[in-house]
Formats: sequence, structure tokens, C-alpha cells
Amino acid sequence: MSSHAGSAAMPHRTIHLFNKGLRLHDNPTLVAALESSAVVYPVFVLDRAFMEGSARMGALRWRFILQSLEDLHSSLRKLGSRLYVLQGSHEAVLRRLVAQWGVTQLSFDAEVEPHYRRLDEELRALARELGLGVLSCVAHTLYDVNRIIKANGGQPPLTYKKFLQVLSILGEPEMPAREITEADFRCPCPAEGGEEEEEEQCGVPSLSALGLEVQQEVLWPGGESHALRRLEKHFESQGWVANFSKPRTVPNSLLPSTTGLSPYLSLGCLSIRTFYHRLSTIYAQSKNHSLPPVSLQGQALWREFFYTVASATPNFTRMAGNPICLQIDWCQDPQALKRWRTAQTGFPWIDAIMTQLRQEGWIHHLARHAVACFLTRGDLWISWEEGMKVFEEYLLDADYSINAGNWMWLSASAFFHQYTRIFCPVRFGRRTDPDGHYLRKYLPVLRNIPCKYIYEPWTAPMEVQLQAGCVIGKDYPLPMVNHLEASRRNLVLMKEVRSEQENTAELTRDVADDPMEVGVKRELPEDCVAQGDGTECNGGGGGVGVATGNKRCSSQEDSRTCSWTPDAMRLQEISSEVM
Amino acid sequence: MKRGRVNITSKCQGFSSTEGRIKRQKPGPLGSSLAQRPAEDWGSLPHHVVLHIFQYLSLVDRARASSVCRRWNEVFHIPDLWRRFEFELNQPATSYLKSTHPDLIQQIIKRHAQHLQYVSFKVDSCTESAEAACNILSQLVNCTIKTLGLISTARPSFMDVSQSHFVSALTVVFVNSKSLSSIKIDDTPVDDPSLKVLVANNSDTLKLLKMSSCPHVSPAGILCVADQCHGLRELALNYHLLSDELLLALSSEKHVHLEHLRIDVVSETPGQTHFHTIKRSSWEALIRHSPKVNIVMYFFLEEEEFEPFFREETPVTHLYFGRAVSKEMLGRIGLNCPRLVELVVCANGLEPLDEELIRIAERCKNLTAIGLGECEVTCSGFVEFVKMCGGRLTQLSIMEEVLIPDNSYNMEQIHSEVSKHLGRMWFPDMMPTW
Repeated sequence: MSSHAGSAAMPHRTIHLFNKGLRLHDNPTLVAALESSAVVYPVFVLDRAFMEGSARMGALRWRFILQSLEDLHSSLRKLGSRLYVLQGSHEAVLRRLVAQWGVTQLSFDAEVEPHYRRLDEELRALARELGLGVLSCVAHTLYDVNRIIKANGGQPPLTYKKFLQVLSILGEPEMPAREITEADFRCPCPAEGGEEEEEEQCGVPSLSALGLEVQQEVLWPGGESHALRRLEKHFESQGWVANFSKPRTVPNSLLPSTTGLSPYLSLGCLSIRTFYHRLSTIYAQSKNHSLPPVSLQGQALWREFFYTVASATPNFTRMAGNPICLQIDWCQDPQALKRWRTAQTGFPWIDAIMTQLRQEGWIHHLARHAVACFLTRGDLWISWEEGMKVFEEYLLDADYSINAGNWMWLSASAFFHQYTRIFCPVRFGRRTDPDGHYLRKYLPVLRNIPCKYIYEPWTAPMEVQLQAGCVIGKDYPLPMVNHLEASRRNLVLMKEVRSEQENTAELTRDVADDPMEVGVKRELPEDCVAQGDGTECNGGGGGVGVATGNKRCSSQEDSRTCSWTPDAMRLQEISSEVM
Repeated sequence: MKRGRVNITSKCQGFSSTEGRIKRQKPGPLGSSLAQRPAEDWGSLPHHVVLHIFQYLSLVDRARASSVCRRWNEVFHIPDLWRRFEFELNQPATSYLKSTHPDLIQQIIKRHAQHLQYVSFKVDSCTESAEAACNILSQLVNCTIKTLGLISTARPSFMDVSQSHFVSALTVVFVNSKSLSSIKIDDTPVDDPSLKVLVANNSDTLKLLKMSSCPHVSPAGILCVADQCHGLRELALNYHLLSDELLLALSSEKHVHLEHLRIDVVSETPGQTHFHTIKRSSWEALIRHSPKVNIVMYFFLEEEEFEPFFREETPVTHLYFGRAVSKEMLGRIGLNCPRLVELVVCANGLEPLDEELIRIAERCKNLTAIGLGECEVTCSGFVEFVKMCGGRLTQLSIMEEVLIPDNSYNMEQIHSEVSKHLGRMWFPDMMPTW
């Protein structure tokens, strides 16, 4: 947390700038602002150019954001304050407000993504120019990602297992910030004029005011209040939290979730730390353990992993110039891309998913795996960047680091190395939802095709097709590829790429299943953590000269620690050297 | 100004110290620091020194350096720098990757064709790129190429070139090189006559031949290669080209030990359900002759099509199933593949594979790596499997969803139990929760 606040004796007049972090719970920056100020103005600058410059924004996501702003405003009203929503560029708006309100301090969350980090820097420059104090805390991630990078010797850990290991050294994430009450907003914001006038000038605009329109019903209502309610239901509904075993077939999970949290986490309506600590508490209460298994906290930790890697990898959202990403000559095929995007592939499993994506803005993670694999390394051999852009536009939880990271993962461009395993667009779906409920819901044209054929309707005899009122090739497209042939071909291509770019592939690869180093590293002092593993030393930069033989260098010396003991399993205490 | 000596030793290890030192001169009376004795400037470094440095540079940097002065330009064209070359042929409108400059290609053909020894062509999905590759090939008349690779980086564009054009271009190299040792021509329209030409000119030197997915070659064509090229150590082809005669030819006394045999099993015609079988005696002959040979099989078949395979003992070492494989097939693998080293199953179905896995653990004593995706194995079954062969497994790559918790073990317990038997910490493969 960086703070140039003046002494506590001189209370500030502060603008708290919301960008993400649209919440009052676990908002350390806002708490710090309230504690150091006589007056705090909660402000959201709707800088449309900025927002659309950082990511493609579909109408569904705009609606979600506007709803979240409304919710935040309403929560602030209950505490005697309000949310000021101003449209325009950050700089212009802030200059005006600083002058108008006699502001002395600016507070905003610390940012990780490049686009937002640039804004961060602009705000600081502005603050310097206007002689304002700046308050900024880490709030969007579990840890300060810089700390994770530092604990790993200055490079981000490039594999999930390595990442978990580094986290185990850092210890638990900080607890959420304290609750904000009415008492914090001692001095209510002075009214700007009449209430109506104020609403017009600084109220949350409507969708139509922004020139947008959405027909679909609201399945994912935006805002902190909904997020917190969902948080509770999330734990209840996840039966596996009670008995800690995962379900096998998950047909219902494919449907729009009433307990899903990802859009709220990505916009910051729900604090990731709150989520994490709630989970830990529940687990501790029911089983009397200190920490839940990694797989339970998966959602939070994967997010953290991608944030960390993205923050320290140049050109993370592109293939060109991205040191951890395999350089693959994907096909440039706008027709094929369009068919994928508009749910016209002829594979019902893929098309149903893409339909749900476009209509609702959320799809289950297994569904994301299926369509991403199909577009890239599985069938169409089209660049993951194209898929990422489509997801960015449609997903409510579109997120710079996570979207790019997952696309690289699923296209086997980085992080994922079992490229011989390709999801089959027929089998994978059938296994997940054998009766095809999901398909029938999103592709009503296929409603009457019998279960036997519904995942590969082109195999249905003509009489069956006619009876179902759906002729393949006429009412629903024929499959756009021969999966067997396409996947065979792609497997060969991938193999070729990986053998040529072995160094790049090795950067994001665990020394497969030989976590001897995992055990060993726990014995080593902090400053040897990074050097022990030859991969990490050169990670991120060029990759030339990574000696693949070196990866086990640490374990050779410490063969006496080979024998696994239960003690080695317990996660390490916080190391004072790192703190 | 202090007179110093700068030692240039950072990258060039072979650099002798006298040549390395560049003396910084005292500024002359007019304050000029440009006065340098001609014998000691960069442009007059001996050829072999510049050559050594050039070998560390990328082609682009070398090309730029070659425009600096005449001497460096001469070095640029020293044959040593032109032994290896990769022609990248991409159409800018459809490719993400760069292309070798046409002027450079011309220069190479004119001045360096005879120096080329290790050549590869990388083409994108456009027919034009593949045709350009063929054009270059046709011009490599006076050369002694040892390694030739034709690689499509996206769609198999060599298949779109007219067969006669392709074949005539390829045979130019086959005829003129006379010392070809490694050839990669997967996914090309190569045919039996061209293989005959290959054999007629290179039978003494050929060591490696990769020709998966070459539909115009027949079993007789590849047999001719095996018969005549006794130094052949590595071969990659499709299953339809495999025959008893081929295996016997590869096991003849005159033949060297075979090291690597890769077989892609695909349906050559849509809906093909019948696959010929290879006699057990042929396999045995191969193993007798080359006891250490790796036999790698990639299967891309529908479930029903596995019937003819592994009904008898088969010496396969690496097995990859690119699509779903039936339970029965996995059962047969346990019975009949004693040499198995690595097994990857992409998908199976919804019935647990416990029995099949345990049998594999029992009978495949050489198994060191296994990967399972989209299958089902009960936790108890899996623990049993690991107990039996965990000690020799260096790779155990199991997707999280594969393991089914039961009365004995849940997910939490499974990983500690398995870790115990493996003697190291183990987790199933996790896919990101998005």
C-alpha cells in the first residue's frame, strides 16, 4: 500500500475513484481514504474511450456494469453518501472536480493490467501536478502480485504447481478490510443543487443513454448485493463442499448458474479475499483442517496465477513478442472463424455453447475448454487471439489476464503440454450431458432429434431427420470439419512446433510429476528458491540457453531428502525473510 | 583520457587476446579520436574471426553486417554459413509468420546451392507457397544435400500442388544429391516411382525417412526402400504401408538395427473398418534383429475399428490414442503389449477402467509413463495400479475428472495415498477453473 497522505492531524478532502472494485466490503483503499479524510467523494468516471480501449465491450457487459454502479450508489446512499458517475476522460473530469470540491487527496486501487496501470500512472502524474496526496492499496488480487514475483526471484512462476509452491511460502493472503459504516461518512456530501439536477449530472446513465440495447432477460444481475447473496448460496449449493468430492456428470452446471461468481469477481463486486477466507472458514469448521485442498480454492488461485504471470510478461495477450507463447502459424480463415463465432459449426455441442455465450454472457468452464480447443489446436487451427477477442466481447467475466491465460492454455500455446489429448466435439459433450438437455435448450431446431444422434445429427438416417423436422444441411449445418482428420493433422503440427520451440515450451512446463524439487525446496532458504530450478532463472527472457538437463540440479545435491515424510506435506510457515 | 584496453571476450570464446584488444588512442593534436591504424580496425579482422562471429548472428543480422564492407561481404558468402538453411514460404495475407526474402532465395540458388547440406522448407496453407518450394527444389541441381525436410505449418499445401510438378522437383534433389541421409516428406504427394529414384541414388546413405500420410505410396514402394537402404534407422509411415514383407526386409542380416518405427493408424478411406493384420512372426523377426527398437503407434480410429489390433503379442513401445479407445482394446493392450513404455489415452467412456489398468500394471513391466484423459477410474482401482507400478512411473498424468471417489478414498485422500506409493508429491492434472 502506498500512501503519500499528509499527517493524520490534517484531514483530507478525498476523491475515491472506483474503476473495478465496485464494492464496499473489503475495500482497503476506501477505508484508508475514510480514515484520513473529513470528506470522501466516491466517484466513478465513465470514460467510454478508455473502457473500450482496454477491452471489447458487448452490450451485456455494459448492462452488468451499469447495474453494479446502481447497486453501489444505493449502498452508499444507505450510509449517507452517494456515488458520483461522471462521463468523460479521467483527466478532464478529475481536474474539474478537484477544483470544484477543493480536493487534496486521490485514492484508487492498485492495478495490475497494463491498460489500467497506465491510467494509474496518469492519475499519479496528475496528483503530483495538482499537489494531491495519493492512496492506493492492493484489492483486486489475493496477494500483491509483485510480492509473489519477488518471492520467486524476480520472475513470475510459470507453472501452476510452482505457483502454489511459492504461495505456500508467502502464507495466507491478508484478511479482508474492515466493514464500512455510516459513521465513516461523518460528513455527508454537500448537495450539488436540486436532487433531480444532481441525478442528471452525476447519476448512473441508462443503457439507452449510452446508445445500447439488450433484449435478454437478466440472468446475472450486476452489483455487490447480488454478489454477496450468491456467495452464500454458492457454498450451500456446492454439495461437494460438504463431502468434498466432485460430481461426475454436470449437466445442470452448464445452465446459467444462480451461484456462479466469476462476473462479480472480475468486476470487483465481490472481493476475492472475502471469497477465499469464507471458503477457508467453512472448511476449517467442518473438517477441522487448517487449509482446504488446492482444488477447492481452484477458482481463486487460478485467477491469481494468471494475474501474476500477466503482470510480468510483455505482450501477454498476443502471440507475437510473447516470450512464453509458442509461435504457431495458425490458419487465417475468416469464414471458419465466423462459423465458430456464430454457432454454425455443425457440431451441436460447440454451437450450443457458443449460443449460450452470445445470449447470456456466461458459459461453464468445461464448455469454454471445449470451444477453445475446437477453435485452436483441436479442429480449426485458428489463432487463440481470435477466440480471446470473441470471449472478450461476450463474456460478463471477461478479464485481461484470465482470458488470455486460459486461451493460451487451451490452445497449448503455453502452460499446457498434454497436447495429445484433444477434446472431441461429440464425445466430450455427450459425456457431460448424456441426454442432451443443454443442446435442446440452446439449439431448439434440434429439439426432436433422439438422444442417440443429437451429438452427431448428421449420422441420423434421413427418416429420423425428417421426423424430427430438422434436416442436416438444410435446417442445421453439416459438420464443418472431419474431426478425426483435423485432429490427427493438428496433433502432428503441434508436435512439430513443440520440438522446434522446445525452449519456449519448457518455460511453462512442470518438470512433469517430479516434484522432488517441491519437497527439496521447502528445506532451502528463501534466496535459493529461484536459483534451484534452471527453468525459472531464464524464464521470461529469450529462453535461449535453458539447459533442460539442469532442472534437477537442486535435487541431486539433496538426495538425502528423497524419502517422503508426512511432515513434508505440511505447508511451510511464513518466512520472515520474505516478509 | 586514460588509455585503456578493451578485451572483447564476451561471446567469442575462441578469440585470441592480441586480436581482441582494441587500443583506445590518445586524442591527436587536433582532438580527433578517429585516427586508427589500418591494421587494427574492424574491417580488417581476419576472415575466420569474422566467420566465427557471424555464426552467432541471426540471418537478418548477418545480412545487414554483410553490407558493411567488402571483407564482411566476402565472409557472408563463405560456404560454411550456407550449410544449413530453412526456407520459409508464407503468403503475407494468410500467415502470421515471416517469409524468406525472394532476393535472398535467388542469391542462395545462384551462389550457394552447392553448399547446402541441411535444408528445410516451411510452407503455410497456401498452394503458392508449396509451389514456390517446389520451384526452389527444382533448381538445386549441383548440391550435396544430406537432410531435406518439407514441412507444412498449417494445412497440407503440398497435397494441392500438381503431383507431376511435385514429383519432378523432388526427384531433382534425389538424383543430384546422392548422399541424402534424412528425409521428411510427410503429407506430400510423393509416389512409388520417386521412391525408386531415391533408392537408386541414395541407398547407401539413407538413415531416416518420415513419410506419414503420403497417400500415393503403396506397400510395394516402401518395401523397395527397406530392401535397398540397409542403413535405414528411422521410419515413419501410415499403417496401410506396413506389411509382413516390410518388417522382414528391415530385419534382414544386411540391415542395421532399426531404432525408431512410427506408425500412424488412420482410416485411409472414409468408413474403413477393415485393417490388415501383421503376423506375429514378422514382429518377432523385427525384435530379434533390433531388440531396442522403439515402435510408436498413433491411433486415430473410431471405437469400432480397433478390432484387428493387438489380438496377438505386439512389440509396441509407445501408444497414443488420439480419439476414444474401447475398454476391450485397453484390455488387449494389457495382455499383448509387454514392451509398452508409454501409454496415452485421450478418452474412453463412462465405465471404470480399473481392471484394464491393473492388468497393464501387471504385464507391462517396462511402463514408465501413462496419461489418461476423459476416462473413469475409481480411486481404489487407481491406488491399486499405482501400488503395482508406481515405482517405475516417471510420468503419471491423470486429469482430475478421471478419478472417481469411492468408499475407500476421496479426492483429498487420493493424492496423499498416491504420493506415498510414488515416493514423491503427486497431484492430478488440473485444468484451470475459468
